[in-house]
Amino acid sequence: MKAKHPLKIQNLTIAYGEKVIQRDLNFTVNTGDIFVIIGGNGSGKSTLMRSLVGLQPPTQGTVLYEGLDFWNVDHAEHERIKRRLGVMFQGGALWSSLTLAENLALPLNQYTDLSPGLVDEIVSLKLALVGLAGYGDFYPAELSGGMKKRASLARAMALDPDILLIDEPSAGLDPLNARHLDNLILELRESLGTTIVLVTHELPSILGICNNSVFLDAETRTMIDSGNPKEAVHSGDPKVRTFLTRGEA
Amino acid sequence: MSRDDNRERWQLQTSRTGGNGLEVAFTGRWCMDQALPFPDRLAAELADGIDRLTFKTDLSSWDSGFLAFISRLLKLCEERKIRVEREGLPEGVRQLLAMAEAAPVQKLAGTGQSDESLLFRMGSAMLAVFRDGPAMLGFLGEIIISFSRLATGKTRMRWGDLWWEVEEAGPRALLIVSVISFLVGLILAYLGADQLRMVGAQIFIADLVAIGMVREVGALMTGVIIAGRTGSAFAAKLGTMQVNEEIDAFRTLGISPIDFLVLPRMVALILMVPLLTLYASFVGILAGLLISTTIFGIGLFEYYNQTVAALDLSHFMVGLVKGTVYGSVVAYSGCLRGMQCGRNATAVGEAATSAVVTGILLITISASVLTVFFYQLGI
Repeated sequence: MKAKHPLKIQNLTIAYGEKVIQRDLNFTVNTGDIFVIIGGNGSGKSTLMRSLVGLQPPTQGTVLYEGLDFWNVDHAEHERIKRRLGVMFQGGALWSSLTLAENLALPLNQYTDLSPGLVDEIVSLKLALVGLAGYGDFYPAELSGGMKKRASLARAMALDPDILLIDEPSAGLDPLNARHLDNLILELRESLGTTIVLVTHELPSILGICNNSVFLDAETRTMIDSGNPKEAVHSGDPKVRTFLTRGEA
Repeated sequence: MSRDDNRERWQLQTSRTGGNGLEVAFTGRWCMDQALPFPDRLAAELADGIDRLTFKTDLSSWDSGFLAFISRLLKLCEERKIRVEREGLPEGVRQLLAMAEAAPVQKLAGTGQSDESLLFRMGSAMLAVFRDGPAMLGFLGEIIISFSRLATGKTRMRWGDLWWEVEEAGPRALLIVSVISFLVGLILAYLGADQLRMVGAQIFIADLVAIGMVREVGALMTGVIIAGRTGSAFAAKLGTMQVNEEIDAFRTLGISPIDFLVLPRMVALILMVPLLTLYASFVGILAGLLISTTIFGIGLFEYYNQTVAALDLSHFMVGLVKGTVYGSVVAYSGCLRGMQCGRNATAVGEAATSAVVTGILLITISASVLTVFFYQLGI
């Protein structure tokens, strides 16, 4: 059975040396949530994401995955938790010396005992799901920016993670592809029960598919709102309201 | 963080249904953390006059492993023209399959699928070398034009960049040049001593080391060191700028990237490599002196006088000319490969490797040409 709260952040402070990026963050991601981290440029969204995926240790506080303190468990447990996370980086981060099929097959070969034929089938399926059917033999350098993003999402989905963490999925995509990606995220939640945490600026995605959120403020360096973003449009905080309505409210 | 507490194993059963139908029943866990079966094991049963396939599922959990199994099974059925009724599959599986099947399939093959013969690849490599020729000449032309702008004071080169490159290429290379030159001087002295001892002319170690280092080896070793150290750095830096579209930004603004990026590097190496050559020759001679006086019993002043008598200005001139030429070809190779770099991380590595290979190749060619040239001139 999956935990009710797969991810819980308690009193989290993240900093680079003396420079505090965000402090006193408290929020909970529920199973099946499409949770969005919102904030203006420089508010520390991507740094928070790095802390959630094991790349940036927090200065204070805890990141709990199904009740386990991600940054204070032993190394083996830390690695086991990481294997249940799928991460899509802002720039794609595909391995340039491998074809798309090899990019996707690498984690499958590393962490499963599946036969090569079944691995190939999973790779083809994941590529088809992100609209890249038949692109398995292409190198990342042969793809457009939007295609790289979709391929990166396919790689993040390779092991059917419990939680998919996505940094700026729609940035650089045309509206149709952005919509396709939003639909795919919804489908992953519905079909595989994947919990999704994403960082995005795209208002159609925030208001269209996300059901939970935290709003980070660059000025006060902490969270100033949380909850359903559709309700946050009417937030008491003018910064949140202005952001979600592009200053039109 | 356990995905599912139920560790029940996957189970698969088939049974014939009315007429020529086959029902495949799935039970248990169908997840990727187990060694799931490959659907082709059902090929024999599907070939047995089956024209309709149905599913029955009672799964405790499933993931993409199950999805892949079904997807492959559907392809087998399609090949055999077997009608498939998907109603027995979980709703999520049907939805994901529908999404995957709705995506258009790319028909063109990527370069990862290339399966050319050895002969084809050798031919392609040769053609690439021939195609590289005009590009190399074109780049040389651009550099010459840029130097002419420098000579007439019309260049946009930033002098601060030049001094930075001079510091990088010269003083910061002193340590590695010292170590290599000392060891090469030592090898030359031992090599000479071994041969000259046979005719009782060990004093001529001084001539061999001095002339060898000043005319040939000092410049050659400095050139090779600079090709590996600085030439590759030029290619990597310019290659990274190419990836980040910084060079395109120069071009769109009408600023010559050759003036701005290539010229300071060319000038820096043309100035620094001859100086490093002189320094390398000096260190090599010092190594020869040390070995000759301590190991082979030649007197300090005797060795010094022999060295001074052996060397004249023409030897230094030859060494300096070679140093200047090697510096030029290393800078040229590094900048050329950097500017030709592709637009991904792998290309930057390839550019750096290619810069070193091209640099050493051009050094060797120019060393041969210059040696013959100076011999013909009697210098």
